[in-house]
Amino acid sequence: MMTDTTMSAPSKTKSKSSRPGTLALLLNNTLATSGLVVLVLICLIALAAPILPLADPDVTAPADRLLPVFAEGHLLGTDHLGRDILSRLIWGTRVSLAVGLSATIIAAFFGSLLGLVAGYAGGRTDTLIMRGIDMVMAFPYILLALAIVAVLGPGLLNALYAIALVNIPFFARNIRGITLGLSRREFVDAARLSGKSPVQILFLEILPNVLPVIVITMSTTVGWMILETAGLSFLGLGAQPPQADLGSMLGEGRKILFTAPHVSIIPGLMIFALVMSINLFGDGVRDILDPRLRAGSLTRPVSRTAVHRKADDIPAPSQKGGVLDVRQMRTEFEIGSSVYKAVGGVDLNLKEGECLGIVGESGSGKSVTAMSIMGLVPTPPGRIAGGAAYLDGEDLFAASDRRIRDLRGGSVAYVFQDPLSTLHPLFTVGDQLTEAITTHQPMSGSKAREKAIELLSLVRIPNAKERLSAYPHELSGGMRQRVCIAMALANDAKVLIADEPTTALDVTVQSQILTLMNGLRRERNAAILFITHDFGVVSALCDRVAVMYAGRIVETGTTEEVLANPRHPYTAKLIECVPVLGEPERRLDAIEGRPPVVNNLPEGCAFAARCPHAQAACRAGEIGLEMSSDTRGVRCLFPLNSGASA
Amino acid sequence: MAAYIAKRLLAAIPVLFGLTIIVFLIMAMIPGDPATAILGSYATPENVAKLNRDLGLDKTLFEQYVIWIGNLFHGDLGRSYTLNRPVLDEVMERFSATLILAGTSLVLCSIFGLLAGIVSAVRQYGWADKIITLLVLVGISTPSFWLGLLLILVFAVKLRLFPASGMYAIYGGGDLADLIHHLTLPALTLSVVATGVIARLTRTAMLEVLRQDYIRTARAKGLSERKVIYKHAFKSALVGVVPVIGIQAGFVIGGAVYIETVFQWPGIGSMLVTAISTRDLLLVQGGVLVVAAAYVFFNLLADVVQTILDPRLR
Amino acid sequence: MNQISQKPMDSEALLTIRDVERIFGGGRKLFGGQLPAVHAVQGLSLDVKKGETLGVVGESGCGKSTLARLVVGLDLPTSGSITFNGEDLAALARKDRNALARKVQYVFQDPVASLNPRKTIRTILEAPLKHLTDLKADRREARLAELLQAVNLAPEFLERYPHEFSGGQAQRIGIARALAAGPELIVLDEPVSALDVSVQAQVLNLLDKLKDDFGLTYIFISHDLSVVESVSDRVAVMYFGRMAELGPAKEIFRHPLHPYTDLLMRSAPAPGRHDLMSEDASTELPDPYNPPKGCAFAARCAHRTETCIAGKPSPDESKAGNNHIAACYHPLGKA
Repeated sequence: MMTDTTMSAPSKTKSKSSRPGTLALLLNNTLATSGLVVLVLICLIALAAPILPLADPDVTAPADRLLPVFAEGHLLGTDHLGRDILSRLIWGTRVSLAVGLSATIIAAFFGSLLGLVAGYAGGRTDTLIMRGIDMVMAFPYILLALAIVAVLGPGLLNALYAIALVNIPFFARNIRGITLGLSRREFVDAARLSGKSPVQILFLEILPNVLPVIVITMSTTVGWMILETAGLSFLGLGAQPPQADLGSMLGEGRKILFTAPHVSIIPGLMIFALVMSINLFGDGVRDILDPRLRAGSLTRPVSRTAVHRKADDIPAPSQKGGVLDVRQMRTEFEIGSSVYKAVGGVDLNLKEGECLGIVGESGSGKSVTAMSIMGLVPTPPGRIAGGAAYLDGEDLFAASDRRIRDLRGGSVAYVFQDPLSTLHPLFTVGDQLTEAITTHQPMSGSKAREKAIELLSLVRIPNAKERLSAYPHELSGGMRQRVCIAMALANDAKVLIADEPTTALDVTVQSQILTLMNGLRRERNAAILFITHDFGVVSALCDRVAVMYAGRIVETGTTEEVLANPRHPYTAKLIECVPVLGEPERRLDAIEGRPPVVNNLPEGCAFAARCPHAQAACRAGEIGLEMSSDTRGVRCLFPLNSGASA
Repeated sequence: MAAYIAKRLLAAIPVLFGLTIIVFLIMAMIPGDPATAILGSYATPENVAKLNRDLGLDKTLFEQYVIWIGNLFHGDLGRSYTLNRPVLDEVMERFSATLILAGTSLVLCSIFGLLAGIVSAVRQYGWADKIITLLVLVGISTPSFWLGLLLILVFAVKLRLFPASGMYAIYGGGDLADLIHHLTLPALTLSVVATGVIARLTRTAMLEVLRQDYIRTARAKGLSERKVIYKHAFKSALVGVVPVIGIQAGFVIGGAVYIETVFQWPGIGSMLVTAISTRDLLLVQGGVLVVAAAYVFFNLLADVVQTILDPRLR
Repeated sequence: MNQISQKPMDSEALLTIRDVERIFGGGRKLFGGQLPAVHAVQGLSLDVKKGETLGVVGESGCGKSTLARLVVGLDLPTSGSITFNGEDLAALARKDRNALARKVQYVFQDPVASLNPRKTIRTILEAPLKHLTDLKADRREARLAELLQAVNLAPEFLERYPHEFSGGQAQRIGIARALAAGPELIVLDEPVSALDVSVQAQVLNLLDKLKDDFGLTYIFISHDLSVVESVSDRVAVMYFGRMAELGPAKEIFRHPLHPYTDLLMRSAPAPGRHDLMSEDASTELPDPYNPPKGCAFAARCAHRTETCIAGKPSPDESKAGNNHIAACYHPLGKA
């Protein structure tokens, strides 16, 4: 075995070009950047207060009471005691910022500590801490702060403690949840087995993973804390005269709201600007640090895959006929600046009652092929970039949305991989089945229910009638997949597309489901497109098979032919490298290296780099799928077993 | 379901008990001598000792708690020394006013928040989404007490559309129309922040749900986009949003403290602020206890609604 | 795979498991009443001999992963004993976890999840050397190079982070970490099931080579019969928390005694095989909260009788030849 020196291509080649650094990402976000600029500006002015040429904020001048904005010598006017508002505003901002930040840091420190310990220790410690936290959270937030101030007495420092204290549970809960999740991760067990002590695991293994969450939580709460301390001061419970923060300025101004509104409006505006800039910046930070939000992964997929193909790039239907005829289909994903050619020109032909298996490893494009046909590839980032899919001669990529909706679940039905996540958890099996029926065949509720029971019996679910009111989580994996199959059969589909329908199931259940599908196929004469990674499963069900590698079909033929006499070196290796039951002595012939990444495909044959028979010619030019008969074809310049008849 | 609700109600009992302990302890921790605080610094030692006995302060903390909780069960929260009336009477009167204000706000923020969140998610990156996102940010960044003042200036002082303060007009009035007239500005002000929080969360929840496998299944079944979004996706999103609405109830009740002060709404919030500054601690204690109990109830309600929506929680 | 020589059966047991039971849940509620409990593993007894590969096979929920965690001390049995070289493993795990970790190591199912995303490979591989061995810094450096060499990874990978690796590479790092402190026994918990088939073979061949090079003993846990068959000397088949069958790999797969083993074998799809065993009913696992009184497989079994439903068979209810036992009252045609 040779030493592996290749890195995952996306990280090595792309990390610099398409994955910009954190700061660059932040600056890309206009709102976050403007928030940062305003925030920095406010902070700088507040920090510079002692060296700015400002009037003493506490010196009263009864003669200059309530001067309006832009008065001479007082840019923002004066308050009811004749103090310069501009000066008080800047000094007050200093106080508010300091208090808000300190409260955040205190709350984050103690809250995170409690959360970390509770989440990691679990058991009694967790119960004890979290009960206490729940108790504190049972009080409305501000009320608790008020009660604490009532005990400690009004004052800025007391308000700070109160706000920090009531925010501790918020941090503790958040951090505990994350810690709990991380503590169950395998790398924590691995660290334990590496001899690390619990304290080392908590602070050296878990904490680095929790830190971004703490930062996110801090950045989203600091604005809130400034608002709350300002609120307490506004009520007269925070800063006490002559000291002033923005809240107490606002509170004092309120009494003369009608006569001199600027005295209260200006500090309020300042609080707003400060908090708004923090929130804008905080949101930017969150978007960058939260992996779920990063790279737009929380983009809403639209109802149908976008089709971007040139008018002259629409191949005519093949002459083979059949229900489903896919021609030169290409599907791409545009992520960042790179284009992943997940499906690079696939031809498929499916006749009535026929079962075609598509075999490939992860990343070969087999699932994307299946999803592309009815436009179920999420857009963004996916799009159909070329080719056509004809259903009984009708170009599916040119059909209207309305037409596609009618066909989905009607003529073409899907069965997906994980039956737990593909059924809606909040609706009963009956609801979901009848919905599938009535969407395509208008009928009364009771009739639909009858039909649903019929379907459940068809897929051999015992006690079909009672099962209608069951929720998916109440069923076993095998039963759920039966429900999915029943749903796919609801409207007498001509084509059934099954995407690894048995991969998530146990072997014995898998064989039950395969047997069921085989029986139904013969009864109903539906064509099946069966996606799998397992040649064994193909053998059990499929008439013909197409092997995919790096987005293209490399070999196709009847199942017997391909298995007995593989012609593409990849097919041969793929069959060879899997242990077979009953042949324990067989040497496993591993395929060295890894498949290429489809955003950076090599010229020529995509498998050349791993192929023991590769020659110079394999690494240049386009290599076509040579058909040696109606059904048999291989995309290889030097196919194996060329002497044997195809 | 009934069994579940009963179970949840039972589970709320220890929480309520815990609340009484915390409230009691907070008040017991107050530095200084309550008797002196009540009687003033010129009180004779005999008077102080007598009041201490009357208040039960010569007993142990535990005994005091038992007596206090016993009284609580009889509806006796003590007497407010500033108002010279039973604390419970004052608190309940004030609480009903707060309930009207906070309840209205909660309804408003739930409706607007959910609607804005859904529109924002469905029109992701469109104009509606951008405007809503910005409005939400403005909403959660605005100090509500300041917003209240601005609204008073504009709608009460300048435009004279709504009254600046109070719950009912002093002369005449007293009917529902009058109440609504007085309620509009404070209720709107109070709901702004919560609306923002709910809208934000609904948007994220919707976006997350729309990426789930079962949404793909719904589409593969041939459902219309309307059904996919408003039936399949919204129900799932709601499961995540409902507990947050429960938590927002706490923020709305808490926020009422500011709004009641600004609009001089005769609710429990403004009562608490006054009571704290006059150090009428029995009144503070009673007020905090009643509001906290109401909040526990709100959260219970949110839990039950969530469980009705999500069968997996049963 | 093929060079594994059959060890003599009388060789000393490295690991002995006796009547081990692990219950999850249970305990008392706040207001009385028993919380529901699940027997993840029950009545389990087996030996692992020095130098052999014991395959453990079964479907989800059969308790095989619980067994793995018990053996490495990540979890402790509710009752029963596990001894390693004559030493009580549970006591050792409580007293000195690191002493146990020096002898028994673990390879995880999900290779990427088993590496801390914020640590470099160097930090990850150094941890067991620091905490479990008393090597000095320069010796540790040499040992790191040896380890990488052993699992066929280039030395420059040391400074990289886990997300930069593919599943197969990550699993090799996981294996290197398990090897670091020089253990005698390695528990492999579905080490290839998260990998693509073409990569599976690479890892399986590597494991085979390492076993020979370092004189290791393996417990190889998998749901995949063909993988287990190709690596194991002996095989334990588990069903619903109990052992259904135990015996030499060759015998088990040639002449299974337990009808469940037979069902598993006939359910496994294989290239060129069309006659999938079609289990007629749509029966599946019993409810773990309400386990049957008798044999857990009885409901799915064509050979069941009243005896099977009335009571559980003992693990060695039926025996055949070379230490081949099955928990079945009506074993399939004895060889």
